[in-house]
Amino acid sequence: MKLLYFAWLKTKTGVAEEEVAPPPEVTTVAELLTWLQSRGPGHAEALSDLNALKVAVNQEYARPEDPVGPGDEVAFFPPVTGG
Amino acid sequence: MIRVQEEDFDLGAELAKLTAGNAKVGGLAVFVGLVRDMAGAQDIGAMTLEHYPGMTEKMLTRVEAEANERWPLEASLIIHRVGRLEPGDQIVLVAAASAHREAAFEACQFLIDWLKTKAPFWKLEETGDGAKWVEARDSDDTATERWRAPKTGAAE
Repeated sequence: MKLLYFAWLKTKTGVAEEEVAPPPEVTTVAELLTWLQSRGPGHAEALSDLNALKVAVNQEYARPEDPVGPGDEVAFFPPVTGG
Repeated sequence: MIRVQEEDFDLGAELAKLTAGNAKVGGLAVFVGLVRDMAGAQDIGAMTLEHYPGMTEKMLTRVEAEANERWPLEASLIIHRVGRLEPGDQIVLVAAASAHREAAFEACQFLIDWLKTKAPFWKLEETGDGAKWVEARDSDDTATERWRAPKTGAAE
């Protein structure tokens, strides 16, 4: 599974991109977030405020209950500010 | 058509090209976003626009397709810049051409409102206190929300 971080999530986690292999019981966006928070203090801080976070799975906006699996591209970023 | 690019765009040339050869166009509405030199009370030296390559193009394509479904457009265009920009620089261009002005005006506003809440761009502002990620505004969500209901065509 490929993870991408943008804007301040990249700064806080310290990575722009990483490959991870979550355990098989991680099957939803919410479970992935919980699992990722245990990867280190940077991840824990960056991913703690779910209201400040948007998630995209395979480049589509996703909700906490949406499924994730091996081979997916999952991106984490703050609410967008373009235009 | 949608484009994401670092380089500046020539507004006049882009608009001329958009409607060239199509005499069905009776109106062309355009919005151009520029970099301001202030954020609240703070001076902005410059800003850097980051985006999510791939998803950005996907979302812009979808926003444009949605506008074309809702209004009878003859042509439409979205150009969004990324990278480092300075005050006064052009950031974004959205344009909608139609036979009549109502469709052009409405579609143009729809394009920029939807883009602002759906396309994955983020602004990093350089201020006297260092670089700061711009926070999303609730008013942008409100602006998008009003387009949520499909157009009924009925008078309000």
